[in-house]
Amino acid sequence: MTKPRPIFDEMTGFSGQPRKPYEKYSEWFSKEEVAHLRRKSARAESLFRLTGITFNVYGVEEATERLIPFDLVPRIITAREWQTLSRGIEQRVRAINAFLHDIYHRQEIIRAGRVPVEMIANNDAFLPEMIGVSPPGNIYTHIVGTDLVRTGENEFYVLEDNARTPSGVSYMLENRETMLHMFPELFSQNRVRGVSHYPRALRRSLSACRPDMTQGHTVVAVLTPGIHNSAYYEHAFLADQMGAELVEGHDLRVVDGRVAMRTTQGYQPIDVIYRRVDDEYLDPLTFNPDSMLGVPGIMDVYRAGGITIANAPGTGIADDKAIYSYMPEIVEFYTGERPILNNVPTWRCSDPEALSYVLDHLDELVVKEVHGSGGYGMLVGPAASKKELSEFRAKLEAKPSNYIAQPTLSLSTVPILASKGLSPRHVDLRPFALASPNGVEIIPGGLTRVALKKGSLVVNSSQGGGTKDTWVLEDE
Amino acid sequence: MRLKISHTTSYHYDTPVPYALQQLRLRPKSRANQVVENWDITIEGGRKQLTFEDEHSNTVDLISFDPGASEITVHCQGEVDVTDTHGIVGRQTGFVPLWLYQRSTSLTRPGTQVRVMAAALEQTGNALNDLHRLSSDILEKVPYSTDQADPELSAEQVLTEGHGVCQDHAHVFIAVARHLGYPARYVSGYLSMDGQIDQNASHAWAEAHLPDLGWVGFDVSNGISPDDRYVRVATGLDYSGAAPVSGLRLGSAGEKLHVKLQVEQQ
Repeated sequence: MTKPRPIFDEMTGFSGQPRKPYEKYSEWFSKEEVAHLRRKSARAESLFRLTGITFNVYGVEEATERLIPFDLVPRIITAREWQTLSRGIEQRVRAINAFLHDIYHRQEIIRAGRVPVEMIANNDAFLPEMIGVSPPGNIYTHIVGTDLVRTGENEFYVLEDNARTPSGVSYMLENRETMLHMFPELFSQNRVRGVSHYPRALRRSLSACRPDMTQGHTVVAVLTPGIHNSAYYEHAFLADQMGAELVEGHDLRVVDGRVAMRTTQGYQPIDVIYRRVDDEYLDPLTFNPDSMLGVPGIMDVYRAGGITIANAPGTGIADDKAIYSYMPEIVEFYTGERPILNNVPTWRCSDPEALSYVLDHLDELVVKEVHGSGGYGMLVGPAASKKELSEFRAKLEAKPSNYIAQPTLSLSTVPILASKGLSPRHVDLRPFALASPNGVEIIPGGLTRVALKKGSLVVNSSQGGGTKDTWVLEDE
Repeated sequence: MRLKISHTTSYHYDTPVPYALQQLRLRPKSRANQVVENWDITIEGGRKQLTFEDEHSNTVDLISFDPGASEITVHCQGEVDVTDTHGIVGRQTGFVPLWLYQRSTSLTRPGTQVRVMAAALEQTGNALNDLHRLSSDILEKVPYSTDQADPELSAEQVLTEGHGVCQDHAHVFIAVARHLGYPARYVSGYLSMDGQIDQNASHAWAEAHLPDLGWVGFDVSNGISPDDRYVRVATGLDYSGAAPVSGLRLGSAGEKLHVKLQVEQQ
């Protein structure tokens, strides 16, 4: 465990020679001048800034906030690799939806002893208000962003299942658009599968989940907390691209038993709401009464079958980091199949034996808060100082159940364009899956996040991460 | 016994209300010991938007105020046949797992006094007797009194105050029972007080789940288990989940509440 494992570079493998999917790109790159590319890269940044401002007409502040560095070396995935990944993601998404239905109904998985009752009973992510709710098609999580990492030629792991409100899809779309704009020749040399149909696919998928009682043209709306939210740009962008209304809580009322938005022709009922407001703030009548962001009564309309909320409230019980460690059991229980994608081995620190192992191996492990996100409150053992280790040890001993630990994976690298040319950096991958009664659709591509700091394993944008365009190649 | 109920709740506002919603948990359900013969809800100054079942299988009406309303009246009327089952309600039904009723809520969170009360309760091995003793202990410590300004005290605060109404009694009972390991819940409903048709207010009591009997009701305020003078209307983890009316309104109009309740034994 302590022996450092070799790091797999996706461009050159372990050998230093370009791997097949990167051959054409490497050949192209060898003919380019680094200084010229770096100038192009700077232009790409300003292009982003421009679109950001276009979409965010209210203030420049927001636009700078969303400006995550873009690296112009693509991350390339072969058709065969993608086939495995997408089958694995589909399997997981199906299992998660089945789990959510079960957990808010009969809880067979607990009766069967596959998930201990305390995991649910003591979990704040379990939402009692969802008990007995069966949304159309029994789809609870409509949009899933599964975080994957790679450690070798054929080794992929799921790091996290983002089943509540995965963000970042606008980067997938814009990164591609920028690449097409800057390097059109690359797309004639390489057969890269398109991602630009995502907004259409999203709209189609959401529309297929409309409530049974509704008729006529499907009205889809995106509910945003407003311009002060750091992802406001993405909310506005997606609404625009989908041809959906962008609404805030105060635009909506309960009219004729439906959630309706104010228009010039009076109130129009909404069939499907893609909400980017957290559960707690969604409905002040049912949840936090002080929320100004939500829609009073939306949960009542939901329970009465008058609206589809995507993703459903209470989906957090499926992507909680403690539940994560049960995903192999969850996949097997509901699909009857072996999981196609691996989980990272996880120690649950609530278990005294696991805790003692974790405390003994703290300098080798990654320790995460069970409910944390965004890379905050996390310890990367091998990179931590003595002081950091001892501080974290104290936190861990004070509240073990708040933490899980995982081995430090040798995340694969993909080169970025550094000042002197290509230089490897660690990456992860978040593909986006859409679930509806018609099935699970996974857009061939995703968001590749890259740790721009050399050697760093933290790819979160809040912690100095950037993004790359992600190419899935057509079959040979 | 057949109980004939007429329950009118009126809200008056000193300025017109631009927009408001209210959830009404005012529809009793037929079940083993009660049969709802008929039940009607009429609304003046507002309209029903929809009806749904909440997670506790309460039937909830969502109503909205007419724009600019300054007065709204909710009138319930109906007849319910009730059989005396000595407070036994029966097995847990629906999808709510029993462990949910052991979760503490802000109104039932145990503090020092709840813990002391739980520790002081003599445990005989007979859960039913123990919980009846708990009920009388609570009434002794918290005598019934309506001169209480704050309508939403937590169990711990009620024990500090030292007196309370049915809602307060129910919260203390639930908090202590949960602390002792019993699933417990709040019940709102109607009680026909002997010899009077006009009742001051709707009633509330608690239920605890016992391994052999299932749910059993305990009316701390009256020192008994509910009999055929009680109509069960809604249940929840505490008052906030079973309240007859819970609402939200825009604006800052002052509110005056008027309740008229008649429960007649037939």
